[in-house]
Amino acid sequence: MAILEVRNLSKSFGTLNVLNDISFDVEKGEAVAVIGPSGSGKSTLLRCVNQLEKASGGTIRFCGMDMFVPGPGGKSVYADKQTLRKVQEKTGLVFQNFNLFPHMTVLRNITEAPVCVLKKSKQEAQEIAMELLKKMGLETKAKSYPCELSGGQQQRVSIARALAMNPEILFFDEPTSALDPELTGEILKVIKELAADGMTMVIVTHEMNFARGVADKIIFMEGGYIVEQGDPEQLFGENASERTKQFLQRYSSI
Amino acid sequence: MTGEQLSTLFGLMLEYAVPTLKIFAFTLLYSIPLGMVVALLKMCRFKPISWLTNIYILIMRGTPLLLQLIVAQYSVPYIVRSDICPDFIKSLLENVDIRSESYTFNMMLFAFVLNYAAYFAEIFRGGLESIPKGQYEASRCLGFGKFQTFFRIILPQVIKRVVPASSNEIITLVKDTSLASAIPYMEIMYIAKKQVPLYASLMPLFMAGVFYFVFATVLTVLFSAVEKKLDYYR
Repeated sequence: MAILEVRNLSKSFGTLNVLNDISFDVEKGEAVAVIGPSGSGKSTLLRCVNQLEKASGGTIRFCGMDMFVPGPGGKSVYADKQTLRKVQEKTGLVFQNFNLFPHMTVLRNITEAPVCVLKKSKQEAQEIAMELLKKMGLETKAKSYPCELSGGQQQRVSIARALAMNPEILFFDEPTSALDPELTGEILKVIKELAADGMTMVIVTHEMNFARGVADKIIFMEGGYIVEQGDPEQLFGENASERTKQFLQRYSSI
Repeated sequence: MTGEQLSTLFGLMLEYAVPTLKIFAFTLLYSIPLGMVVALLKMCRFKPISWLTNIYILIMRGTPLLLQLIVAQYSVPYIVRSDICPDFIKSLLENVDIRSESYTFNMMLFAFVLNYAAYFAEIFRGGLESIPKGQYEASRCLGFGKFQTFFRIILPQVIKRVVPASSNEIITLVKDTSLASAIPYMEIMYIAKKQVPLYASLMPLFMAGVFYFVFATVLTVLFSAVEKKLDYYR
């Protein structure tokens, strides 16, 4: 059974349709890359699934929970608050510009939600946090504040912060777009390791080679539609649609 | 002036510094929480409330504090006598003894608090609106509730941002308390003015000036220490 099931999802801002008829599945342990030109609705899609935007129509099911499904009238409605909260706790989102809490130390950034939301003991949360920091190669930075870290280090902290909630699925919204090329590599390496560990992930990215190398499935979006989805061999191969080829060619020619 | 006169005068000034401190402390005590409430009301999505709050802020910031103090002090008898005043307000106000000392102080405090709450509200609103949307989104994605988000994530950052502007306002209040002398309310400025012809000397005003100066300077030092303490992050 798919962990995340999206069917015919649509989203409009007033009369502007930013998402149309979006359908895809994410299986457990799968890494899915979402690619496409700017303004194609990739980020909006992630934000809808993460409840930062309200979807307009369609279905979203997560871990067997009906998060957003058509009601009796045919119009899709959101689940009750409790279900939405449960979904929220089981999904993690890593932002393009990190959004770390600047007034907390690195350690507290990671432990705050497990302690306040999951009601873990402070000690247990700190042990988990130190474990994650070690994995990110940042165990010496636990007492630093986010402003004292480089962009790449901040992004690794924000990944650790999301992982500390032990999510079923982790979303990345252009995790390397705010970083220079040198720092991009260290984040991609972390995501690669997570994929190898079997973490379920959806990654919106402009790093085509990375998507090709890491993803089990690639979704190519344009103009609010999914143009094509499939495994990397298909999208990067000869049998890809004309539009996909054109897009990828332009990318590789830069 | 003889040394004896000086020490008598100094004692008198010290005695009347207490009412000044009282105005200062009570104004802060009430206007800061009220300012937070007003800031939230102004940011209210229900527009009529936001507009009404805005009108209140406009009036408070657009008219002199001295005028507000005088109006608060002398308006009650006029309100009771006016035809358009609803009966329940009349019956409420009729029992008020407008000659009592507590009445003078309370109405004065009323004007001070309403005036300063308007200024604090604008400072707090600016602080709240300066927090990036990403902070709310990150905390939402981590599962924090609305209250947790406000008190754990947003408020600590707002406090850091509003300290410089608030300290400015608080230091202004030190000097604005002297407006109470016009009501008249017996505080240090009132007594200093009274002593000038008595001693035929500017010494009382000089002493009052030193008092305000020392008070404001102490606060300045205090607030720069607070700012430094909050400087552990950017």
